[in-house]
Amino acid sequence: MLEIRNLHVEVDGKPILKGIDLKVQAGEVHAIMGPNGSGKSTLAYVLAGRDGYVATSGEVRYEDRDLLAMAAEERARAGIFLAFQYPVEIPGVANIYLLKAALNAMRRQRGQPELDAIDVLALVRAKLKLMEMDESLLYRAVNESFSGGEKKRNEILQMAVLEPSLAILDETDSGLDIDALKIVARGVNAMRDPARAMILVTHYQRLLEMVVPDRVHVLAQGRIVRSGGSELAMELERTGYGGLMGRDGEAEEKR
Amino acid sequence: MLEWRLKAFRHWLTMAEPRWSTVRYPAIDYQAISYYAAPKGRREGLRSLDEVDPELLRTYEKLGVPLEEREILAGVAVDAVFDSVSVATTFKGKLAELGIIFCSFSEAVREHPELVRQYLGSVVPYTDNFFAALNSAVFSDGSFCYIPPGVSCPMELSTYFRINARNTGQFERTLIVADRGSYVSYLEGCTAPMRDENQLHAAVVELVALEGARIRYATVQNWYPGDRSGKGGIYNFVTKRGDCREADSRISWTQVETGSAITLKYPSVILQGDNAVGEFHSVALTNNHQQADTGTKMIHLGRNTRSTIVSKGISAGYGQNVYRGLVRVAKSAAQARNYTQCDSLLLGDKCAAHTFPYIEVKNPTGRVEHEATTSRIGEDQLFYCRSRGLSAEDAVSMIVNGFCKEVFKELPMEFAVEAQKLLGVSLEGSVG
Repeated sequence: MLEIRNLHVEVDGKPILKGIDLKVQAGEVHAIMGPNGSGKSTLAYVLAGRDGYVATSGEVRYEDRDLLAMAAEERARAGIFLAFQYPVEIPGVANIYLLKAALNAMRRQRGQPELDAIDVLALVRAKLKLMEMDESLLYRAVNESFSGGEKKRNEILQMAVLEPSLAILDETDSGLDIDALKIVARGVNAMRDPARAMILVTHYQRLLEMVVPDRVHVLAQGRIVRSGGSELAMELERTGYGGLMGRDGEAEEKR
Repeated sequence: MLEWRLKAFRHWLTMAEPRWSTVRYPAIDYQAISYYAAPKGRREGLRSLDEVDPELLRTYEKLGVPLEEREILAGVAVDAVFDSVSVATTFKGKLAELGIIFCSFSEAVREHPELVRQYLGSVVPYTDNFFAALNSAVFSDGSFCYIPPGVSCPMELSTYFRINARNTGQFERTLIVADRGSYVSYLEGCTAPMRDENQLHAAVVELVALEGARIRYATVQNWYPGDRSGKGGIYNFVTKRGDCREADSRISWTQVETGSAITLKYPSVILQGDNAVGEFHSVALTNNHQQADTGTKMIHLGRNTRSTIVSKGISAGYGQNVYRGLVRVAKSAAQARNYTQCDSLLLGDKCAAHTFPYIEVKNPTGRVEHEATTSRIGEDQLFYCRSRGLSAEDAVSMIVNGFCKEVFKELPMEFAVEAQKLLGVSLEGSVG
């Protein structure tokens, strides 16, 4: 579904990602872990198509298309979803209104008829229950005066409504208390599907106990320094990133 | 009537064009303007819509003006002023049963001279300002509305103004009188086709609210704004003022200004009666080379009078957007209160927003609050929307509409939808 080859990315002329290789198949859940500043969020943004995140070399194929040549909205319509680490407030725009606009943008792309407000509401209501969210949240302005937990749950709600092929969750677990984390994890697990891939960006192992990944990759200084199964997350929890990077640094010197 | 006009004209000759505002435009040649133009094929004594030139009706159709049967569904009575002449007033019979007078100004002069004499110029005298004096001297038509005591007008009253002829100025006059305990909601729509030369629109609107009466006046203004390089467009220099003449009366102005090359307009309320309430809700959008200098005046004279001002300015392209507002609390206005909120939104880096609040408080019990913000559509907001599949233009339109929500909710439902679409259209091409 997604294949990243030797991807180099600069932000403001500063190299952040220095050669990423990653292959994600449909049905898989990959976790990207790593310390602050390792380039995790940059990877999430460059996949979603944020302006200012410039790929200087390398290639990203998504369902046999050149992903980097696509505008952010085209990627979204092609089934890529990014759950934001810091969801953005849009004053005066009702949450349900954004959901409806987004859903219909996807449906237009797929050649399906647009849904009216009543159909959208019916669809969203079912997903609200899953996320244990109150319906009143739909009529509040997007993310405005939402608590941290509400914002993150709202991102997963959007994902559940939009049903992407590739979901990228950028530190969706950060800032959540244990109850909210459980709800988010349940939402994410409910979305696991043989046709859908997910990339979980996180620097804690906490979420990965509840959403067990197929593959774990450790990102440090703009490179994937280790990859493994879900047991790698457990190992990291014991040793920390420091130990791992030290060892890897040595490995590099020997080379 | 003639005498009043002549007095106005002589007075106008003594006046100078105002230059205090920040807007810039070349001198206007007042001799070159046609002061009267009538649509072709119009006969005297137009009695029904069937007699209206079908070409004209098609024009309105295209504009979405509900002139025919559709207005029954929309519940809107329409008076349409085409160039200088009022062409059709609908629903007159039904309104007449309630004693409501809603007709063209020329008809009001003929049929209800006593009301016209009593109220014309009582809010905006011909000496008021340069453009009001010009209007008083030359106006040829407009709308007149009278709501008798205790009557709540059951439908939205609406006037559509359109400047169609070349080289024509439009100088219409609107007078609305709400007698004791009555209520009326009024909507004014404006459009003009594309012309390379600038055209002047200098209207006067007078509102009078007597004891316990309420008037809601909404404007959706979409005069031709000129092309992308700033060529052509309407000069919209309009005087609008409401008078809460007696106790417990209330006047609300709501305006959505997206058109005109230059707008100078300050819908105001004189709060004479005790406990009177004045409101002003405004969205003004300037794109390309448009200039808008708009705001309001709230003049508190009566005791315990209250006013609210919510102004939303949006600038894109090279647009210049000015909020200019006066809140005056006179010595007599004990316990007067005002709340002003003034927000500006910028798109791009070549536009500008300016805020000039004037506040004069002569009574120590008065309370005046002013809040102002200026913001930019954030790159993060745009990316957030685009990552949900919205195009950049749809995203901007959605964010701007959200910004204006407080004002749009003051508009009658169907016009709020129209206003949202209009904002979207006016912003087209403003995102790179």
